[in-house]
Parts: sequence; C-alpha cells; structure tokens
Amino acid sequence: MIDFSLTKRERKLQRMANDAARKLIRPIARYYDDYEHEHDEIKERDAIRQAQADIGMQSLTLLRQLGKEPGTDLSGIVATEEYYWGDAGVSLGAPNVGLGNAAIFAVGTKEQIERFGRKYTAMAITEPGAGSDSAAIRATAKLDQSTNEWVLNGEKIFVTGADRCEAVVVWASLDRSQGRAAIKSFVVEKGTPGFTLTKLENKCGIRASDTGSFALEDCRIPYDNILGTPEIKVKKGGFQGVMKTFDMTRPLVAIQAIGVARAALDFTKEKLEVAGYTFPYDRPLGELSVIQHTVLEMEANLEVARLLTYRAVAMMNQGLRNSLEASMSKAKAGRSATLVTQKCVALLGPLGYSREWLVEKWMRDSKITDLFEGTGQIQMLIIARTILGFQREQLK
Amino acid sequence: MADFTLDEDQQQIQDTMRKFANKQLRTVARQCDENYELPREVLDRAWELGFCPNAIPEKYGGYEMGRSVLNTAIMVEELAYGDASLAMGALCPALMMMPILEFGTEEQKAEWLPKFCGERFYPATAAVMEPRINFDVFKLRTTVERSGDTLILNGEKCMVPMAGQANEILVYATNAKGGGPQSVEAIIVDRDTPGMRIGERTKYMGLNSLPLFPVVLDECVVPLSRRLGGERGISFSRVINLGRALLSAMAVGLSRASYEYALQYAREREAFGEPIASRQAIAFMLAESAMEIDGMRLLAWRAAWRLERNEDATRDATLAKMYCSEQTMKIVDYGVQILGGHGYIREHPAEMWFRNGRAFAALEGLAIG
Repeated sequence: MIDFSLTKRERKLQRMANDAARKLIRPIARYYDDYEHEHDEIKERDAIRQAQADIGMQSLTLLRQLGKEPGTDLSGIVATEEYYWGDAGVSLGAPNVGLGNAAIFAVGTKEQIERFGRKYTAMAITEPGAGSDSAAIRATAKLDQSTNEWVLNGEKIFVTGADRCEAVVVWASLDRSQGRAAIKSFVVEKGTPGFTLTKLENKCGIRASDTGSFALEDCRIPYDNILGTPEIKVKKGGFQGVMKTFDMTRPLVAIQAIGVARAALDFTKEKLEVAGYTFPYDRPLGELSVIQHTVLEMEANLEVARLLTYRAVAMMNQGLRNSLEASMSKAKAGRSATLVTQKCVALLGPLGYSREWLVEKWMRDSKITDLFEGTGQIQMLIIARTILGFQREQLK
Repeated sequence: MADFTLDEDQQQIQDTMRKFANKQLRTVARQCDENYELPREVLDRAWELGFCPNAIPEKYGGYEMGRSVLNTAIMVEELAYGDASLAMGALCPALMMMPILEFGTEEQKAEWLPKFCGERFYPATAAVMEPRINFDVFKLRTTVERSGDTLILNGEKCMVPMAGQANEILVYATNAKGGGPQSVEAIIVDRDTPGMRIGERTKYMGLNSLPLFPVVLDECVVPLSRRLGGERGISFSRVINLGRALLSAMAVGLSRASYEYALQYAREREAFGEPIASRQAIAFMLAESAMEIDGMRLLAWRAAWRLERNEDATRDATLAKMYCSEQTMKIVDYGVQILGGHGYIREHPAEMWFRNGRAFAALEGLAIG
C-alpha cells in the first residue's frame, strides 16, 4: 500500500544522524577540504576520527540491515542523507561504509559477511583503460590449484578510501576471452603481498575522502575471498553478480547527492531570507521573482530525486528487482544535485563564489555524484535499454 | 513505513481504469478532438464507473464505498492516459459533488447528493478560474456579498467546463475583495438564475473535446442557503490543493500516453538501417521521459497521500503541480520530436498530446476527488 511516512525509528535515526552531521561533521568540513592529504600531521585529526567513527559505527548497522533483512526500513538511506548534508568528503571517508562493504552485504555469503563485514572495505573497478565500460577491465584472477589461491594481476585507479581502507573488493576477469561473464569480484585485504597502494589523487572536491591507485602483482588471496560464484555463465546472468552491487550502491550515491544539494539549498535559502526574500508556496508564477521561482524548482527536483531514491531502496528491501529504479534515482539525483549546487553558487553572487562559505565546496563535492558508480549518461543508457527491451548491441 | 507499491484495491482500480481508458477514451479521442465533441455515451459509460455514487454515503443514495484521494489519483492518471480532455469532461460533476460531500451542511447534502446517484451522467460543474493573465487562484476577484437572506455574486469566470449543459454551477467567490483563500466561499447557482450569463464556448489550443465556457455574474442573486457549508464555509486551500494533486496525476497520465507512443514508434521506425531507438539521441529522450514520469507520479501521489491524511498539503501540491506541468510539456514535446515530421501530422496523436499537455500550466481547480 502506498505510504510516504517514515517510521518512528527512521525519524529517530534521521535526527541522530543530523545531530552528528551538525556537531561533528559540518564544523570540520572546510578544514579537511583545505588539507587534502596533510591532515595526519594536523592536531585536529582527532575530530575527523571521532566524526567518522560515529558515522561508521551507525552506518555499519544500517548497511547490514539495508542489504540483508528483507522488509527493513529506510533508516540507512535517511541517515546517509544527513551525513552528506554535513559533509560529503568526511562522510565518504568514514570507515565501514565503503562501497566494498555494500558489495559484501549485497552479494557476500554469511561467512564472508562475518569475515569482512567489520572491515572498512573499498571498491576497485576502474582501470586506466576502463571506466564506464567496466566489462573491458584487464585485471586478471587465476586459480592456483596447488595452493587453492587466486592470483591477481592488474592495475586499479580511482579507488575511494584507498589509503584508509582495510580491504578492497577488486574486480578482475577469470578469463579475458570470455568477456563480461568472466568478471568476478574478490576481497583483497591490505597488507597482502603483491598489493600496493601506488598513488593518491588530488581532486576537485570530496577532498576529505582519499582516492588512490593499486598495483596487483601476483597477489595471492584465499579461494574463499571470491564474492559470488566462480562459475562463468556466458549465456546469461554471468555479469549480474557484480552488477547486482549497483542496485544497492546507486541509490546510496543518489542519496549522497541529495544530502549535498540540500545542504546548499538550505544554506542559500537562509541567506536569501536574511536578505529579505520569502519562499511562499501559494503564489502564482507571475508574482514570483526569478530567485523565488528558481528555489521552488530546485526544491521540486530534490523532492523528485529523493522519492525516486526511497522507492529504489524500498523495492530492494521488499526483495523486488530494482535495477531500473536504482539507475533512475542515480541519474535524477546526480544531475539535480549538480545543477542545484551550481545554481546556489550563482544565486549568492560574489559571496557564493567565495571560500568563506561552503556553497562553492558543495558545488565541487556534488559533481562526483554524477560521475562515480556510473555516470549520469551510463544510467540513461541502462534506463533506455531496459524500457526498450534492447540488448547492448541494439543500443550502444 | 514507506511503500510505493499498489495494494490489491488500487491495483484493481488501475486495471479497470486502464481498460476503460484504452477501450472507451483512446479510441474516440482523436475524432472528438477534431470535432470538438464530448459524446454523451462516453459520459454515460464513464458515469457507470461510479466515481460519484461510490463516494456518497448510503443515506443520500450512494454506494458508500469510501473516498480516497490516493485512489482517485490512480484513477485519474489512467483516465487521462486514455484522453485528458474526455476525462475532465467525465469527472466534471465531481467538481460540484465532492465539495458538497466534504463541506456541505446536512441540508445541502440531503438536497444535492442524491442527484449524483442516478443511473445517468448528471451535468454539474464549478467555476474557479478568471480571465486575466495574472490570474491568482488565491486572490479571486469574483465577489459574493450578503444581503439579508440572499447572496449577490459579481464577477467574471472562464474555463468553466460544461457550463453550457450543467444544471448547477458551483461558483467560487471572495467575500472580501483581494482577500486570501480564507475569504473564498462556494455558492451553488442554478443554470437559469437571472444575472448569470453563460457565454459562447471558448476554443483553446487543446482539450478540444472539453467544452469550456466564460461565465459572467452580474448582480446575480441566490438564496443564502446556497452558500456551501453555511456559516462554517469551506476550505478553499484544500479545494485547490486537491485540484493540484489530481491535475498533477492527470499530467502523469497524459505524459505516459505520449511517451509510450513514442517508445513504440522509435522501436519500429528505421533510419540508417536500424531502429531510431538505437541512437542515444532518441533513446535518451525516452529514458528521461520514463524517469521523469515516475518522479512526477511519486510527487503527485505524495500530495494526494497528504490530503488523504488531512495534513496541510500546500507545499506538496504546489510543487507537484509546478513540476508536473513543466515536465509534461517537455515529455509531449519529445513525443512529437521523436516522431519527427510525422509527429506534426494529425494522423498521429502526438501533436494532440502536445497541445493538450500545455493546458496543465493554466488549469486550476479542474479536478477534485
């Protein structure tokens, strides 16, 4: 039955997360944007640790419920919005909420969740030669039957949390001649010989979260570290195992986008209100100024993005297939957040552009949500193929 | 707990309405558009769906099946998917019936509601809009003044659906000129009341099968008993919010009609040796339409859900209406664009939806449930 209400528990967790965002995260947002890689030497580092531990602890529980208990609620998603409203970089850098964790909860066995669930796990898909086209990845995994170990080789870039994480879910091919069906994901723990962090990126935004590259050189991991089946099902569904992760992570990125955009919109409205603007909901178009109308449009877009996201998660919780809805939520939220934050900077004029305020940072931060976990254009491609019933050969 | 799936009842409403829309509305939509006609048999068949008597309690002759704004939203989306203009005609009596049901005094309910429980379509309507470019529904200029045991109405209304054949018109007027929604009263006016003049039907760019009329009230005197809700009056904000939520739902239906047609066309039409849908330029317009239609529906549903819970829905209803009318226009525009030159030809319905789609930007109060 159609119902838009949040439960008592959801609202409580929303309040708690907002409280943490307000007290712990927002105050350090600018600082960790300024000191992208140097904060280990800075005495305030305790602040970020505390904030992130707080998010991590709460999110771990939420994440676990989000993926594994059918019929559970939207607590994880509403709390995530609040954390990202606080700050995207700090929240993204929090332990235990890496995309790898999401992957483990989405496709891992009970035993794997027990082994890796509490570790901060990043996700390594992208390679220098393969971004959106994740089927084109070149990293390989070969089974050494004498030791029953997987031997991984390859290079991974743009790994969120590469530095701070404790383990990484690595996408690699069992047999490059068999295409996408042969791509599997493997949990590689930090400290495994042959697994080296080679580079940390300097980014446009979300600087409190580190992004890095890994080299895999004859890196050996136990057989049981493979997520899903090692079988190569060429005909159908082979790639689905790894792609299923996206059904969970895409709405997660969507809500991140909404959190950042709402931060910008809340702040912009506050400043405009101080300057004498009001934002009535009962005035006709002709009576609204451009600024008032723009704000209403931004609100409507964020509401739509949020509802699409709630729907994608609610469907997953109900055990319904949600790939289409997950892509819709990500496409709408990523694009809306990008545009909303850009508009907020513009609406506040020279002050909006200034680093005195966080609006310019939110504009930089939000952009990533239309890029990672599949660009907005990739989402549109997925939506289009689904509604048309087209295979990839029919719509490239 | 948040849930975005239809329950069994809602599923059934959707199925029934979709079948009706495909069979009874879509089939005649173009012909009615060309001829500016709203066939009586369409109205009677739609009447058989029972949306008026279903909501009316048994003691007034109805079926007392309850009233749900959300279910109405689901219903009107499907009807508008068939044809928005015919759907608005079919739903026209509710413009008077629903406010009487919600705000009427016991005497008013007893007098008027039985009329809406008959076998055949009962023509009644409401006059909300006024003819000026800066029309503000919350600042009506049509006035109502009390004089002893009578009410005197003055003002001009436009886009009054089916005014030419309605037995009664529910006229919305302010008792304090320029006053807000609290000052608005709803007055039941019989069609032959002296001082009320129903003008020549106005033609618009679309909604051709829905006859829309200007109505002039010049010292139009009616008995005080015709003031809906008596001394307590009505909640005009709620009337407008109901209208906005349901018009939004209808915009979703119309958008879906256009989108589905374009989707089918793009799959079949070949250019350069493959279906045009195999090109991202076309496919992305379809993907965007699909995504926005789902978003619009959720926004409309939430406004309806809030109204059903009797919560203040001003923000939700306004954002929904604003968003849905803009997105609808974009989607029906894509609908024509994807068909290319064919979209512009009246052999295809795309251009009709394109014309009808723009109506939502102008309409207020033309749906209620």
